[in-house]
Amino acid sequence: MKYVDEFRDRAKALSLVAEIEQLVARIGRPLQIMEVCGGHTHSIFRYGLEGMLPKEIELVHGPGCPVCVLPMGRVDDCVAIANRPGMIFTTFGDAMRVPGSKKNLLQAKADGADVRMVYSPMDALGIARKNPDREVVFFGLGFETTMPSTALTILQAHAEGIQNFSIFCNHITIVPTMKAILDSQEMHLDGFLGPGHVSMVIGLDPYEFIASFYKMPMVVAGFEPLDILQSLWMVLRQIAEGRCEIENQYARVVADSGNAQALTAVGEVYELREHFEWRGLGSINKSGVKIRSKYAQHDAEAKYALPGVRIEDPKACQCGEVLKGLIRPAQCKVFGKSCTPETPLGALMVSSEGACAAYYQYGGGIKLNVRAAL
Amino acid sequence: MTRVPTVTLAHGGGGKAMKDLIHDVFVEAFDNPLLRPLEDQARFGMRELALLGDRLAFTTDSYVVDPLFFPGGDIGKLAVFGTVNDLAVGGAVPLYLSCAAILEEGLSVDLLRRVAQSMGAAARLAGVSIVTGDTKVVPRGACDKLFLCTSGVGVIRAGRELGASRARPGDKVLVNGLLGDHGAAILGARGDMQLESPIESDCAPLHGLIEAVLAAAPGTRALRDATRGGIATVLNEMAAASQVAISIDEAATPLRAEVKGFCEILGLDPLYLANEGKLVAIVPAAEAQAALAAMRAHQYGRDAAIIGEVFEGEKGRVTMQTVFGGTRIVDMLVGEQLPRIC
Repeated sequence: MKYVDEFRDRAKALSLVAEIEQLVARIGRPLQIMEVCGGHTHSIFRYGLEGMLPKEIELVHGPGCPVCVLPMGRVDDCVAIANRPGMIFTTFGDAMRVPGSKKNLLQAKADGADVRMVYSPMDALGIARKNPDREVVFFGLGFETTMPSTALTILQAHAEGIQNFSIFCNHITIVPTMKAILDSQEMHLDGFLGPGHVSMVIGLDPYEFIASFYKMPMVVAGFEPLDILQSLWMVLRQIAEGRCEIENQYARVVADSGNAQALTAVGEVYELREHFEWRGLGSINKSGVKIRSKYAQHDAEAKYALPGVRIEDPKACQCGEVLKGLIRPAQCKVFGKSCTPETPLGALMVSSEGACAAYYQYGGGIKLNVRAAL
Repeated sequence: MTRVPTVTLAHGGGGKAMKDLIHDVFVEAFDNPLLRPLEDQARFGMRELALLGDRLAFTTDSYVVDPLFFPGGDIGKLAVFGTVNDLAVGGAVPLYLSCAAILEEGLSVDLLRRVAQSMGAAARLAGVSIVTGDTKVVPRGACDKLFLCTSGVGVIRAGRELGASRARPGDKVLVNGLLGDHGAAILGARGDMQLESPIESDCAPLHGLIEAVLAAAPGTRALRDATRGGIATVLNEMAAASQVAISIDEAATPLRAEVKGFCEILGLDPLYLANEGKLVAIVPAAEAQAALAAMRAHQYGRDAAIIGEVFEGEKGRVTMQTVFGGTRIVDMLVGEQLPRIC
């Protein structure tokens, strides 16, 4: 397939792996590189990249899976909204399985709530147009990647004067969380693979402090396996040459300045929250956004009384330590025992982009005869 | 006989309205000598069956697909070919089918007739007869338009032994063509994705192809049609039943460019997409090329490929060499595949 197969070329991969091995030898110590984005985690497992890398490189699977880091209390709020009489609750598919304290949206649907899977918030707005006598809520979640589409949907609803449509906003922003991780005393990271789709919206400037203040190299990476290998090679080259810069490997999609139009829409509709709760990481200052009061009629939080109860992460769950790279998923006490993709306890087992779910499904924890395959 | 435009609860009452509907729609579409007497059961002689083999194969399946009509097929065609294939992968010659229909009050009789005629046509194409049936009508909302259940009887020739537990290290893994077409066609036809997908369901009867494969490769160990859960699920079932490991090669796995693109956009894995005319065959290495040639010579196997092999290793484990040179595990799905958010 054009524009896809080129980025999955085995021969190019092998020569990149060889260059990565040389760089690792030159650096001469074990390295921890964090891929921030869940999309990268998914690709790394789908293509078996970990097994191709020299053993000195440990990939730490970061917090960039919006479905995984959603706290249970917010899912309980979703269920409460969905259970309102006459409500049509719309959501992206993979948010259906995220556990709440009592049930997830799939179970709420089975119990009679009208929960519908959509592929875009605009589809949810379409449902509201077709059902003027019913309330329609869209479950807005994701990083800056999905923020512009919900912002534009709200602007559209506002312009058309559609009264029965609102968004339950759970959008979060990655930069404060990267800062929280960098401030953590236990961290030993050597560099970052930066999120590609988020950067397509926000550009490179917001990451500048990572290089200038924390002296950490970062390369914004694409999602095909060759993108990831090349980005890793770029991070290693920075380390080997003693540089700390924010580089852009994904230039075919990411403009250094981001997408001004998208940022305008986001700024018009959203403002920062004082803090937002992340599953596995706790409360992080200024890490989430809410809908501005100007658009309160499209804000489900303003429109409906929500339980808003904060639910503690299960005690046995070690997601926080996995997220910070302190332990590997399979080293967690409950991994594959009481925490599986069928019955996830922890954030990282929830979505296919979560590190633990990826380990579980694609066998990252199991030593495969990978070298033989090369 | 009174013809009405929609199915009402009266059609389920067991009286004249029901009789008329059954006659008008089903009997006319299925017409065959075994059905014609309209007794409460079909009757077939054992002597004729015994001429074909030494064991009966018996299977059943329900069909609840939405939408009822989709590119490349409809629920009726699916209900015939699905049951034919479930018999055929056991090495049986499919012969007789039953058809139970559960109708939602308000269903258009014309639509029902189209489905019944599609079933009749599919049965004639597959060389089977629908010899008995049942019709129920449920109140609006108690089912989604139309549910079908077909059971099937076939005969297995003496000496033919196929089974998921018979795979041995060294055997080759074959599929008879492009994977995931049905799953992608159904998702596309639901229309809520607004993708213009030209993908058609691969819905097809496989007993002819299977006879050709078994003639060319009589040592064939196992066949299974890769319906719900796709080939990933079938491979896991086979690896577990045979206590072996199976490895497949992503580069050798036949996929239509449109299906690949569809999966890329939605974050789905084609290995888990449903097929309705594809099977996985485990064949001893020595007969693999013969089996492949037999598949490719058949109209439902032109894009057949050898995609992997059975080996000793972690029992029940299925792995894939990715196009990229890495290796990953291909596990059973936990639930339904859900499109990813970003």
